[in-house]
Amino acid sequence: MTHGLTGGFAAPAVEAAATFRAVLQAMARPGRIERVRGAAPPPPCSPAAGAVLLTLVDADTPLHLAGRHDGEALRAWARFHTGAPLVGPGEAAFALGEWAALGPLDAYRQGTPEHPDRSATLIVETARLAPAGARLTGPGVRDVAALSLPEIAAFARNAARFPLGLDFILTAGDRLAALPRSARVEAG
Amino acid sequence: MTPDDADYTFAYLDEATKRMIRRAVLKAVAIPGYQTPFASREMPMPYGWGTGGVQLTAACLTPDDVLKVIDQGADDTTNAVSIRAFFAKVAGVATTESTREATIIQTRHRIPETPLTEDQIMVFQVPIPEPLRFLEPRETETRRMHALADYGLMQVRLYEDVARHGAVTLAYAYPVRVAGRYVMDPSPIPRFDNPKLDRSPALMLFGAGREQRIYALPPWTRVESLDFEDHPFEASKPDRPCALCGAEDSYLDEVIVDDAGGRMFVCSDTDHCANRRAAGAQASAP
Repeated sequence: MTHGLTGGFAAPAVEAAATFRAVLQAMARPGRIERVRGAAPPPPCSPAAGAVLLTLVDADTPLHLAGRHDGEALRAWARFHTGAPLVGPGEAAFALGEWAALGPLDAYRQGTPEHPDRSATLIVETARLAPAGARLTGPGVRDVAALSLPEIAAFARNAARFPLGLDFILTAGDRLAALPRSARVEAG
Repeated sequence: MTPDDADYTFAYLDEATKRMIRRAVLKAVAIPGYQTPFASREMPMPYGWGTGGVQLTAACLTPDDVLKVIDQGADDTTNAVSIRAFFAKVAGVATTESTREATIIQTRHRIPETPLTEDQIMVFQVPIPEPLRFLEPRETETRRMHALADYGLMQVRLYEDVARHGAVTLAYAYPVRVAGRYVMDPSPIPRFDNPKLDRSPALMLFGAGREQRIYALPPWTRVESLDFEDHPFEASKPDRPCALCGAEDSYLDEVIVDDAGGRMFVCSDTDHCANRRAAGAQASAP
C-alpha cells in the first residue's frame, strides 16, 4: 500500500480532540502515559505517532521524517493526510523517527530568547514506554516522576537550555508520553 | 443536537484552526508562564466576552467533557450563561454549575473556592496578558525584558506602592513569577485567588483573544506572587463573613441592595455559597 489514502481518522474532529487531550495531559504531566486510537499509518510508524501527526501537523508545519520512517509508504501517507512539507531537520516544526535516527538534536530549531516557542517538537518512536527509569522533576510533576527514556544526557542538556529547547512526544504502539523542555531529567 | 446544529464542526472552530491553537497550547505548557502567540480568530461574540478563553475551550473539549463557565465567580451571569449555551449547541457537551462535576472550567476573573482536582482544566479569559504593558508600552521591549528575565521595572512599581501607601495596593491581576522564571499576569483574578495558583493539581490555561496570546501553568508548578522580604504578599478579602452562608474564608462581592446606601457582602462563588446553604450553613444574626 503506497498510495497512503487509508488509515486516517474516521471522525476527524472528535478523534483529533481525544488525541489532543491525551497529548496535552502527557505534556502537562511528564511521566504520564496515555493511550490514543484512530490512526493506522503504514509501518514503521506507530498508531500513536500517526494519531499525533493527524492531530497536530498540517501544511503550516514542515515535517522531518528520520531514518526508517523516511520511507515511500510513510511519506505518501503523511503527504496525503497532513499536507505537511517534508523537510530536513533544520526547517522542521515536527520530526518523527527512532531516537538514534533523529539526532543530533542541535540540528533542530531551538527557539530564540524572544520567541522560545519557535522550536521543534520531536516524536520519538520507542520500543517500550514505562513509568520507570529516568527521574523527572519540575513543572507538571508533584514530587518526582519516572519515565523510560532512550538516554539521559541529551534530555538533561536540552532541559538546561530552558526556556529554549526541544519538546518530545514519546510513542510506543498506541501509547504515548511527553517530555517538555521544562522537565529536569536525571538518571533514576 | 438538532440537524441544523450538526452543521457545525465539533466545537465550532475548523480543524486547521484547532490544530494551530493546539500547537500553541503545547508550547505554552512546555514553557510555563511564557506568552505564546497564536492566530486568534474572530468568534461569534465581541472581544472582551472571553474570545481567548472560548478558543482554548473549543480546542480542548472532547464530547465526554462536562463544562462549567463562571463570570466573577457566578454561573448565572450573562457572559457565563451565553458561553455555556454556545458550547452546549456547537459541541453538544454536558454543562454544569457544580465545580466538582466539571472537567473543564472556563472562568472570567475568579478561581472556584472548591479545591480543584487533577482531572480538571481551568481556562482563564485574559484581557491584557502582558504584566509589563502598563510599565512599558512597546511589545519589542517587553519581549526583550522577558527574554532577559529583566523584571526590575515591576519590582520598582511594587516598591513605589509600598513607599507611598505602606503596602502593595494591587487588588487584582497581581503579578506572579512562574517556576522561578517568567513573570506572568494571572488575569484579573483578585489577589485573594493567587495562592490557589501555586502547585495546583489542575492544569491552568490562559487565553487572550484580542491580544492573541496563550499561556499556561502545568499542574504542581511553583507560582509566587511578587513581594519583598519585609513586605510579604498577603491575600486579602473583605473582613467579614458572607451575608448568606456565613463563610469566613471565601471571596466576597459587595452588593448594593437599596437606594439608601444599604449593602451586603456575599460569596462571589455562587456554587460554593449554594452548596454551603444546602448543607445547612447560614449567616449568624448581625
